[in-house]
Amino acid sequence: MQIYVCVKHVPDSAAYIRIIDNRHIDENITFLLNPYDEHALTEAVRVRDMHPGSEVIAVCLGKEDAEKTIRSAMAMGADRGILILTETGHDSIETALILKTAIEEDGVPGLIFTGKESIDDQGMQTLFRLGALFDFPVVTNVARLEILAEKALADAEFSGGVVKTYEMSLPCVIGAGKGLNTPKYPTVRDVMRSRKSPVKTLLLPDLKIPPAQARMEVVELIPHLQKRQPVEISGTDSDIAQKIVQILKDEAKVI
Amino acid sequence: MIKHIGVIIEQDNGIMKAANLGMITMARQKHTILFALVMDGSAGALKEKLSSFGISTIIEIRLAEDFQDNPDVRAKAVAKAVEKFELSALFGLSTAMGKDLLPRIAAILDGSLVMDCFDVDLENNIAGTSRYSGKTLAKIKVRGPVPVFGIRPNAREPVQEQKSAGIIQFEAVSLDSKLLRVVKRGETGKDSKISLTEAEIIISGGRGMKNGENFNLLFECAQKLNAAVGSSRVAVDSGWVPYAMQVGQTGEKVSPKVYIACGISGSIQHFAGMKTSGMVIAINLDETAAIMSNCDYYAKADALKIIPEITKLLETS
Ligand SMILES: Cc1cc2nc3c(=O)[nH]c(=O)nc-3n(C[C@H](O)[C@H](O)[C@H](O)COP(=O)(O)OP(=O)(O)OC[C@H]3O[C@@H](n4cnc5c(N)ncnc54)[C@H](O)[C@@H]3O)c2cc1C
Ligand SMILES: Nc1ncnc2c1ncn2[C@@H]1O[C@H](COP(=O)(O)O)[C@@H](O)[C@H]1O
Repeated sequence: MQIYVCVKHVPDSAAYIRIIDNRHIDENITFLLNPYDEHALTEAVRVRDMHPGSEVIAVCLGKEDAEKTIRSAMAMGADRGILILTETGHDSIETALILKTAIEEDGVPGLIFTGKESIDDQGMQTLFRLGALFDFPVVTNVARLEILAEKALADAEFSGGVVKTYEMSLPCVIGAGKGLNTPKYPTVRDVMRSRKSPVKTLLLPDLKIPPAQARMEVVELIPHLQKRQPVEISGTDSDIAQKIVQILKDEAKVI
Repeated sequence: MIKHIGVIIEQDNGIMKAANLGMITMARQKHTILFALVMDGSAGALKEKLSSFGISTIIEIRLAEDFQDNPDVRAKAVAKAVEKFELSALFGLSTAMGKDLLPRIAAILDGSLVMDCFDVDLENNIAGTSRYSGKTLAKIKVRGPVPVFGIRPNAREPVQEQKSAGIIQFEAVSLDSKLLRVVKRGETGKDSKISLTEAEIIISGGRGMKNGENFNLLFECAQKLNAAVGSSRVAVDSGWVPYAMQVGQTGEKVSPKVYIACGISGSIQHFAGMKTSGMVIAINLDETAAIMSNCDYYAKADALKIIPEITKLLETS
């Protein structure tokens, strides 16, 4: 079985984001594998190891630097990688179409893994678009996965502690959530080995992607600063408690 | 040109979630007529309330019992309603349920989608949302047919506007999902029953709570306040509470009306998840903690003492 994992090269969540020209960020910061995609990859490797003869292929649409993310994916266990080289950003509609075309050109997916969300775009949708293009079922925020002979069972986590189990036909698209597993960090040996694993580079124009009917474009980025003017609540513990209750009642009007 | 806007009403066990009203208010813009899409068979019961917030027509989408819970079938039904009623944009809540439904609809329509919007300008088709783990705000211009907007709960204060909504029954025929079925629905029972993203009040605990047991103080108080309980990452990493309760850059992004931070220092990563809250109240022993200088009210006090006092006050009142 060929198992594809979509991995995105994103700014390190600890990095300081500086906005330039009102629309872009200064990309002179560390980029790495999208955290949710680490969970996707870890699960893909687990499934592969249970199905002899399977292979895990990491696929990324990104700039040249994104090869690092593919190398990380291979250090974490992917057998090989595909980098679709681009110079610009793409919205999720285009991204899904490009990923689909690249996967189809490479092989026959038995399973596709993604993260539930990329931490830069926070789009929460590429996986569903990919599923629609392939006509595969999709589940997001997956916390447990079981692959059976003809179907997959996936537990999706909802708020308030609700879990729903979805049964899907195969192939399917799995959007990994944090609860799915605990990614293991690669050893030096893994990293060395991954340097030798093959990465196929595709040029975007060669994929001949048709224009989409819809488009999403960032027209402005604004730093999210917010400064509040703090007012002290003082007194004894019971004074403070009383004042807080009063604020909730009279000012916030929530009780 | 008058636009027909569809608003997907989210219900929980037959009860309309309060956050719908703010979303409807946001959808009510110049040259719009609002259509509420109701899928859980209670359009009659909601008629009065929806009318008083400016809904002109309620489309009651009938789904076979077997498919009630199936997001694939629900998405297909909404897509059919879009066609039938010539809707030009859709609004839905960016809740856990919305995150499982709205992208499916956008994928079927092959149109744009912006999740977690705090603002939508229908005249220019621009939505405001967050990017880079909540570190920046972004304005996204959408082009093409029937954009879908996932609205952050509590992003807009509900404002009434009286209309008299009619109900139209809509039976979308031949709906099925051969690909996906819901086989079980359960609860982990580990965290508070009220969903973090939708709660009007959140009480969060951090390292200052000292252990998992002390979180019970927060749960007891939250029950009285009808609030949800959240936490910092330290509390999750220490194993005191489950990950689903984490607020922040790598946790849930929340915008309650009131956020009460107990024993939380206010790291940048924590702020990334809660800075869009209406009011922030901090209880911390350390006056110099970052949260104390970026909140609306602060008390230099022991959260382990203040919280039980608040619970006691709510019991007697
Ligand atoms: C990549 C990355 C992602 C991260 N993502 C997140 C995230 O999503 N969410 C998150 O929260 N953090 C996140 N963090 C961690 C973050 O940097 C902080 O370490 C964390 O938020 C601190 O948690 P805290 O405020 O509970 O603990 P501390 O910073 O240790 O603060 C504890 C506070 O409690 C006060 N205190 C102690 N006892 C009491 C008492 N009895 N009553 C009142 N106050 C008391 C202390 O004065 C102190 O201010 C992330 C970090 C990184 C690097
Ligand atoms: N450029 C990309 N290359 C590879 N995978 C991607 C890319 N963009 C998004 N994805 C995948 O889609 C998931 C959801 O992304 P998003 O819809 O942007 O939140 C991510 O976790 C990735 O698995």
